[in-house]
Amino acid sequence: MKAKASATLRAFLIELAVYSALIVAYFFLVLHFLADWINALEPRHIKIYALVSIGLILGQASLLEIVTTWLMRRLQGGRSE
Amino acid sequence: MIAMLFPISHAEISPIYLAVAGFLIGILGGFFGVGGSFIAGPALRAVGLDWNFAVGTDLAHIVGKSVVAAKRHRALGNVDLRLGLIMAIGTIGGAEVGAQLIQMLKRAGNVNVVVSIVSIAVFTSISSFMLWEGLATQRWQRQRGSKGKTKDKKSKRDESAFQQIAERVHRVKLWPMIALPTSGVKSISLWVILIVAFIGGVFSGFLGGGAGYIRMPSMVYILGVPTHLAVGTDLFEVVISASYGTFSHALKGNVDIMIALVMHTGAAIGAQIGAIATQYFTGPKIRLAFVPLPLVGAAIVIYTLVTGHKI
Repeated sequence: MKAKASATLRAFLIELAVYSALIVAYFFLVLHFLADWINALEPRHIKIYALVSIGLILGQASLLEIVTTWLMRRLQGGRSE
Repeated sequence: MIAMLFPISHAEISPIYLAVAGFLIGILGGFFGVGGSFIAGPALRAVGLDWNFAVGTDLAHIVGKSVVAAKRHRALGNVDLRLGLIMAIGTIGGAEVGAQLIQMLKRAGNVNVVVSIVSIAVFTSISSFMLWEGLATQRWQRQRGSKGKTKDKKSKRDESAFQQIAERVHRVKLWPMIALPTSGVKSISLWVILIVAFIGGVFSGFLGGGAGYIRMPSMVYILGVPTHLAVGTDLFEVVISASYGTFSHALKGNVDIMIALVMHTGAAIGAQIGAIATQYFTGPKIRLAFVPLPLVGAAIVIYTLVTGHKI
């Protein structure tokens, strides 16, 4: 029981570390490189901005989930949740 | 904390504040099946964002968060796809009405005051009702000698002191009648589902988020959907309706997607933790734990309304 709790905590901390790394990557990639383009897009092409907004948030959500799910499976030796 | 300028909304906010707020809101969303807008909206408002931006940006962040949480809940068998798709139609209609109301208030120049007052009233009412219902259900269970544990694992049905309301609603024979086998509902009028979803949609478009604080209790008490299924189905439905809400608000200039992206980085992991945690609690306990949360949102709004200061 104690070993199981320890494994769960370890998995959680690893997942947290992965997310933290992705957050830092996003701050540099999305906010730094994409920010200017998005900020310019919003007043000029509002419809494209609206579509890009949904695409970005869905893309980010899918990417974060795929990466962490894959990593968790690797850590748990291929055992599914 | 280092503040960062978000040019679309002209707001200076710390990205760490946004990520941490998103993380906490993500846990709430995954656990209670609500978007967490009763915290997210006030949290954005508290750092100086106008209500129209808080509403639109919160909707965008909730799209991303709900995708992750809904997928988790679907894997756990907590999503009624038929109910979710029907509700999405009603919610989209309501969300557009809510968004138009925001536009009217924006043009009139009193969006911050009006939305603040409405949100305080709504959040306080929700908490009061959930407390009353949760305590009544526990009292009712004690009287019946029931421990409130799940008895029918297949349908995951739980108990509510207001089950008779849902039973009366199921007896309304307004054509077309449909069945929701996943939720254990044998027959219910399509119109009842659409009206419940529409009302939730108006709140979603007006106060931001997925309005799960209205829709989730409505699904349990009015439609008679078990709490676990209401949580998962609400999240699935929110993905569709909040996407529409985001698009609609973005066209009206109410979405700062950069703020939403930063918030979502924290919300994504929080939503996973929250979804897993629902497996360890029964329906009435989930509903009672929900009680203080809208009050926290109301307290933040009262603070910003009364003092006019940012946190």
